[in-house]
Amino acid sequence: MKDTNLPVPYMERTRQFYEAQGFTKAYAWAHFDDIPFTPLEKPLADCRLGYVTTASTYARAATDARFVDSGSMSSPPERLYGDDLSWDREATHMNDRSSYFPVGYLNAMVADGRVGGLADRFHCIPTEYSQRRTLESDAPEILRRLNEDQIDIALLVPL
Amino acid sequence: MSLLSRYLEGAGIPTVILGSAWDIVEYCGVPRFLYTDFPLGNPCGQPGDSSMQADIVARALSLLETATAPGRIVETPYVFTGTTPWRDRYLEINDENREMLRQKGEARRAERARLRAEGKVRTE
Repeated sequence: MKDTNLPVPYMERTRQFYEAQGFTKAYAWAHFDDIPFTPLEKPLADCRLGYVTTASTYARAATDARFVDSGSMSSPPERLYGDDLSWDREATHMNDRSSYFPVGYLNAMVADGRVGGLADRFHCIPTEYSQRRTLESDAPEILRRLNEDQIDIALLVPL
Repeated sequence: MSLLSRYLEGAGIPTVILGSAWDIVEYCGVPRFLYTDFPLGNPCGQPGDSSMQADIVARALSLLETATAPGRIVETPYVFTGTTPWRDRYLEINDENREMLRQKGEARRAERARLRAEGKVRTE
């Protein structure tokens, strides 16, 4: 296969990768025919933004249990962690926080008046094999925290 | 993250995903997705390139304004600068790593079984 500009077929690569590890049941990726949609009903300049990442605030192993977590946006950590997640360790790195956690740019957009404001905290959603766990446990918990934060819009950034 | 995007949107919060796994996000179906053709790990842009990163974040927020229907996917123009043919190398299986992967799978299943026996996995 040539190194073309076509998007990487992650679903197929992942299926083959785990098959090579002897896992017999292929992962069923989430798929829906319908897509919910909430229009933006006021200017960005009047919106308070919530930020959610799949990275974590602490180092953890791939086998460690993962839970919803939150951190400060006003005094953000110097880095986030993704050692337990699948990303391209050979091609790149996570040493530049801004390449996966753009809190500085978001603050600048608030200073410029482009965005109304930022929530005081960001949230970390666990990457879970179980879609039921995400939909019935973690997503409701993230929503609960975002509602506490009184945000209007959410920027979601998976590693 | 795609599932969360759908969940929040259904609860009345406009969302935008900023990332690089085009096929996974597109297959799930999300309201708004700003895609950059980068290796997984740097969804906001090339490490060290602050002007690119700032632009990608700005484009993501603009998508909240411009998308008028669900399933809107916009691609940024950026090309990853790296030395490896990363598209082909990611999760590559070849004769050099085939046996290692088989052993890794066995070790992983054993570790999972041990953690489950010790009650160290999520149950809810």
